[in-house]
Amino acid sequence: MTAARTAASQAPVALDATDRAIINRLQDGLPLAERPFARVAEELGIGEGRLLYRLEQLRDSGVLSRFGPMYHAERLGGGLTLAALRVPEDDYERVTRAVNAFPEVAHNYRREHALNMWFVLATETPKRIAEVIAEIEAATGLAVYNMPKEEEFHVRLHLPV
Amino acid sequence: MCDSICRSEPDSVAAMPAFAPDAVDRAIVLATQAGLPLYPDPWRAVGEQVGLSGAEVLSRMQAMHRAGVIRRVAAVPNHYRLGYVANGMSVWDVDDDDIDRLGREVAGVEGVSHCYRRPRHLPHWPYNLFAMLHGKTRDEVEHQAEALRLRLGSACRGYRILYSSRILKKTGLRLAGAGKS
Repeated sequence: MTAARTAASQAPVALDATDRAIINRLQDGLPLAERPFARVAEELGIGEGRLLYRLEQLRDSGVLSRFGPMYHAERLGGGLTLAALRVPEDDYERVTRAVNAFPEVAHNYRREHALNMWFVLATETPKRIAEVIAEIEAATGLAVYNMPKEEEFHVRLHLPV
Repeated sequence: MCDSICRSEPDSVAAMPAFAPDAVDRAIVLATQAGLPLYPDPWRAVGEQVGLSGAEVLSRMQAMHRAGVIRRVAAVPNHYRLGYVANGMSVWDVDDDDIDRLGREVAGVEGVSHCYRRPRHLPHWPYNLFAMLHGKTRDEVEHQAEALRLRLGSACRGYRILYSSRILKKTGLRLAGAGKS
């Protein structure tokens, strides 16, 4: 996704009660059962077709960034970490391009702190994390602060709407 | 955890035995990592892409869910578009002796999504507990952080909230281990 498209697609949208009910319910998860949308539609008191149509609209308009399985990267055998850089302001654009060029960089955020760039690395194997970090250090000339998770207390994003 | 109606993820992934996805599991992961088809029978729609019956896809996904490989099949809201425009990564310097107990408590506080223990990088980075906060205003996020500070009490030596000021990149997670064996 380009920066321009990201900025343009971030404006808050107005949702009606049905949209809100769908989003709230489906953040909790689709039943892993036959005809799962019919089951959820019944809970919500709407038709299955209506639920699917609304869900498609919410996804296509960008209200939902995604609808589907949330996979646990490490349990699939991969590596995952959070890392940060302290980037000089006048070099920020160059470093952004250099970091984003790595396909292993899944998310990257500018944050208000001396450590002003934070990104998530997702790799095919745990061993590859250290290699990518070394490559990013070489490409940027900056030290990477690697902050792998040592314990996970909660991974749940439920935003009531 | 129930097999069929699963509204939440397994309680303790860490306690689970390792799961080795086979080639069929990996094909399902690849076919669904960008999203689940929005059809009345989504399992059959996935099955058509990977050469399996819908029943087989469903049964494989149930097994992956039991094993913690799938946290849940869910809607991922774009928090900005829902009006949650204040997104702060709160970071806390917490006594190592208490962090596991306190981390579990913090994770249960309203507004907290992800909560992790991570390594310090002294002297520049003393923080070892991370909790993502989401609010419609920064004021709301500050209140959430204050609730966390009270919860942590004297075990907490300091904290910061790092607000995101720009999304530099956001792609779906490219799933490790899914494509290559």
